Amino acid sequence: MSAFALELEDISKRFPGVVANDRVHLQVRAGSVHALVGENGAGKTTLMRIAYGMTRADHGVVRIQGVELGVGGTHRAIDLGLGMVHQHFMLVPTLSVCENVALGSEPRHGPWFDRDAARRNVVETAERFGLQLDPDTRVEDLSVGEQQRVEIVKVLVRGARVLILDEPTAVLTPQEVDELFAILRRLVDEGHTVLMISHRLQEVLAFAELITVMRDGRVVGDVVAAEADAEKLAAWIVGREVPTLQRRSRRAASRVEAEVELRCENLCTSGAREALHDLSFSVRRGEIVGIAGVEGNGQQALANVLLGLETPTSGRLLLRDEEVTTRSTAERRRRGMAYVPADRLREGLIEAMRIDENAILGRQHEPELNRGPWLRSSRITERALQLLRRFEVRPAVPELPAAALSGGNQQRLIVGRELERDPSFLLLAQPTRGVDVGGIQFLHECVVAARDAGRAILLISADLNEILILADRVLVIFEGRVVGEVTADAADPAQLGLWMTGSAEAAG
Amino acid sequence: MEVTALLVASTLRIAVPYVFAAVGGFYSERSGVVNIALEGMLLTGGFACVLAAWGAESAGVNGTAAAWLGVVAAAAAGTALGALHALLCVRYGADQIISGLGINLLAAGGTKFLLTLAFGSSANSSRIAGIPTWEIPWLSDWSVTRVLFCTPLVLLAGAVVVVSHLVSRRTPFGLRLHAVGEHPEAAHSLGIRVARLRWKGVMLSGALAALGGAWLALEQHQFTAGMSSGRGFIALAALIFGKWTPRGAALACLLFGFAEAVQIQLQGSRIGVPSQFLQMLPYVVTMIALAGVIGRSRPPAALGRALEP
Amino acid sequence: MSRRGEMAARVANEIGAPIVAVAAALVVGAILVALLGRDPLAVYGRLAQAIFGSSYGFGQVLFKATTLIGTGLAVAVAFRAGLFNIGAEGQMYLGGLAGASFALLLSPELPGVVAAPLVLLASAVAGALWAAIPALLRAWLGVHEVINTIMLNFVAFALAGWILVEHLALFETVHTAEIPVSARLARLEQFLPALRGAPLNLTLFLQLLLCVACYLALWRTRWGYEVRATGNSEAAARSAGIPVRRRIVQAMALSGALAGVAAANFVQGYKYYFEEGFTSAAGFKGIAVALLARNHPAGIVPAALFFGALDRGGFVINALVPKELVDILQALVILFVIALARTAQQRLLRRRMARGVEA
Repeated sequence: MSAFALELEDISKRFPGVVANDRVHLQVRAGSVHALVGENGAGKTTLMRIAYGMTRADHGVVRIQGVELGVGGTHRAIDLGLGMVHQHFMLVPTLSVCENVALGSEPRHGPWFDRDAARRNVVETAERFGLQLDPDTRVEDLSVGEQQRVEIVKVLVRGARVLILDEPTAVLTPQEVDELFAILRRLVDEGHTVLMISHRLQEVLAFAELITVMRDGRVVGDVVAAEADAEKLAAWIVGREVPTLQRRSRRAASRVEAEVELRCENLCTSGAREALHDLSFSVRRGEIVGIAGVEGNGQQALANVLLGLETPTSGRLLLRDEEVTTRSTAERRRRGMAYVPADRLREGLIEAMRIDENAILGRQHEPELNRGPWLRSSRITERALQLLRRFEVRPAVPELPAAALSGGNQQRLIVGRELERDPSFLLLAQPTRGVDVGGIQFLHECVVAARDAGRAILLISADLNEILILADRVLVIFEGRVVGEVTADAADPAQLGLWMTGSAEAAG
Repeated sequence: MEVTALLVASTLRIAVPYVFAAVGGFYSERSGVVNIALEGMLLTGGFACVLAAWGAESAGVNGTAAAWLGVVAAAAAGTALGALHALLCVRYGADQIISGLGINLLAAGGTKFLLTLAFGSSANSSRIAGIPTWEIPWLSDWSVTRVLFCTPLVLLAGAVVVVSHLVSRRTPFGLRLHAVGEHPEAAHSLGIRVARLRWKGVMLSGALAALGGAWLALEQHQFTAGMSSGRGFIALAALIFGKWTPRGAALACLLFGFAEAVQIQLQGSRIGVPSQFLQMLPYVVTMIALAGVIGRSRPPAALGRALEP
Repeated sequence: MSRRGEMAARVANEIGAPIVAVAAALVVGAILVALLGRDPLAVYGRLAQAIFGSSYGFGQVLFKATTLIGTGLAVAVAFRAGLFNIGAEGQMYLGGLAGASFALLLSPELPGVVAAPLVLLASAVAGALWAAIPALLRAWLGVHEVINTIMLNFVAFALAGWILVEHLALFETVHTAEIPVSARLARLEQFLPALRGAPLNLTLFLQLLLCVACYLALWRTRWGYEVRATGNSEAAARSAGIPVRRRIVQAMALSGALAGVAAANFVQGYKYYFEEGFTSAAGFKGIAVALLARNHPAGIVPAALFFGALDRGGFVINALVPKELVDILQALVILFVIALARTAQQRLLRRRMARGVEA
């Protein structure tokens, strides 16, 4: 038996346009708790999928408990004793706990599914590791934390000795997190090995023995948890030695007292996972406010509420001192709101429609484009061509479907469209995700120019670097609350990292 | 008393093809494949049954044996049609609704086409003997027990319901079928072969629905063009109203069969509800159930969704 | 790829797949005929002759195609809004009933220019209202429209059956009385003697006009733009401020209205009464027409002509092979179209991914 439960040697993996993993080495000692940390897009999840046999690496070797994984896929990984608890649970909501656990390798009694045996498996495994689970409850009736326990039991029943947990605490309440760690502790005491991906440094420091930091597809180093502290770790995760993008100029001092364009007062939303809790902030004209935070902490709910796609359960939203809390999306847009959504393929544009049609999406009411009920197609095409030229979208062919554009060009189209409508308030969510460096530079220039022209801009980004480059003021969101606020000049990445990971309570 | 007994017996007879088709639909839809081709499968089953039985009779086989041969042929033809639906929907990821419509059209045209070729008439086939009811002392004397316990295909339908109920709740196959229709990615992640299971479900669905057609043909001792006359859709409604379970679907079939039996009984008597309103019943209650007014009927989550290539 | 080349490739893809499907269906049909020991060329020759051989025959094809243009258009319009209208059959049925009963209520003195459009309007309204039911259920309760439109077909048959039997049918028939002359649409044989005997009537021009109108409404108006946006991506439409629910209901109502008006070809142009089962599955065939037309008004006319020709062709090939061969051909076309659709999609996807890497 090898001293290492899991070894990843020289793993490289490219996807079109990105290097997800670049010659990664990782060794996980048997019987230890090992953490893998890094920003969104650092390559952690890809690496874990490779270890689990779900994704094939371009190069490199995976060894599980000393045995090479080869090309056998997930089955082989399971046979070698690896189990994975996915961030998005792989559970059938309408089946019971024991049915979910048994699925695929059901205990049998003649031709029948041996429910008693399945139940017994669940209860025995659960008891052994101190989990509480009723084997006959339907999974959809369980809390998120309980569902996660089902996932854990599922891999344990299949004989896993090495467990990979992808962001296991992201969706849990603090109490559930404590319970999870107690369970994992038991597992390790019984000789299992745990490898977890996490964003929350405080948890990682408290729980893991060794921490591996990844950035831009590479491993930048290992630290022993006992010798590390959160500040250094946070700086290590977010800090780039040489910033590839220039920090932008700040807004002029004279604008500091500019009028408030958008004001949120005590916004709350319902919803189990990504709800807002008493969120308040404001954005002034000529100011970029950055919302920093790990994804899934309420950013999408915030965007939905601002745009009017979701109604808050309480709280108010004001645009130029007029309440718009219950106004329609169309009304808000008429009043000068513009939106660049995080998921551009779902919300930002319509791939099956033409580029020029996409160039007026959300602007189809503008008088210039209409004559009675008719749309003026020549104006639209003309408008689109201008837009394509100004924002350097290629190919600049208005008649093509938007699907013909690459991701970066699609994003230029969306940002261009939203900026050209001359908004008074612009909401940008992940504006440069999946965009190449040149494109990022260009988009950043556009955003800053819009700010200098007096627009109020709210920038939601999971990329802290981007926020530090662009924002004048930074708010940190964690579990639906603003936990910290600083002006960009005073911002310290390490401090932001602590806030983002829930390691420090808010001072703002 | 006698009227009630006749009503019950009539309900049972009317419900048989619905039960076969609805339980058939269960296997397909639970696995995640919409099956509006039940109608065509019923029709094809009826024709295949008559063709095989008639062929066997012509070759000198005795009537009952020939009819049983017809039943087997119906199941085989239904399986083939199911395989076609699976080929399009599972293998090629085609739109499941349109595939079902196309198969219905194919069955309608194809059976008439072959009917004309085989029997020289585009309206009906030659007569076949059918399967006689068993003569069992005192069971076969009363109309209800006669239908329920002495009619082989009624017993088969009952067995299909019971077995399907057990399969769906108590076997690994049923569990996997459920998982595949509900969350194919989860099933896949546990090593279940999703596509293969869907093939099985859809083919089984065809075989069972075709048995319903065989019943229709054997009852009338012949095949008539378009004899399924919308029964496949009633079966679909029953499946939905029965919340996509064999037991619920079978109960819904009995309810719809009862409405039809009442309607036949009332015919000409000019009292109470117009028969057309009883005809609407299955469809209206199904719509209400889907809308969630009385205990929402929830389809399998992955129903109608093609697998990622 | 060049701008023109790219466009040409797309158009070729749009037109090519249906043509391949039709060809494949004809080949399978020929094999079937050959297996029966008959000569496929003779059968297809007879078919072609029946369609193109005489102006009467072609008039019959155009007559059948007229109804199919209506129902095909109905299905296509709904599809553009992201809705699958399998209920065109029932909407058309009730449209016919409403048209006929309304016409019977009209004073026979009313001039034709008033009466005929009013009757058309009655058909349209009935179809629209019937289609609005599944649309409302979809928009507000999230119930998928497919099952509800199927169910509503049967409800429509029963409902119309009841109204007919109880109130409208002439003694011992399954049809209503004839509608007044003023509500009828003129036969084209009045103007073109060559068409003598063919029931082709003014509805043809009405349907062609509706094709153009639907094209303009969907591709040239703001409303149509919003409908298409909704149909392609509800999420994107919503975040663009488009009232998605309203557009869904409106588009489906339009679809139902078109299906209702499709009844005019029979009720106002051919028999002059509503008759049980008069639709002869035209509503369902409309789905096939829309499918073959790629849901584009410009494709509806040729697709309707093709299916109309097959409908017509059945009668003449009956001497050689059972006329249901044409039903089989129609079914095969549908099945080939959908089987080919996915492969075409995958080809497109691959091309796009290749481009994505370059960019």
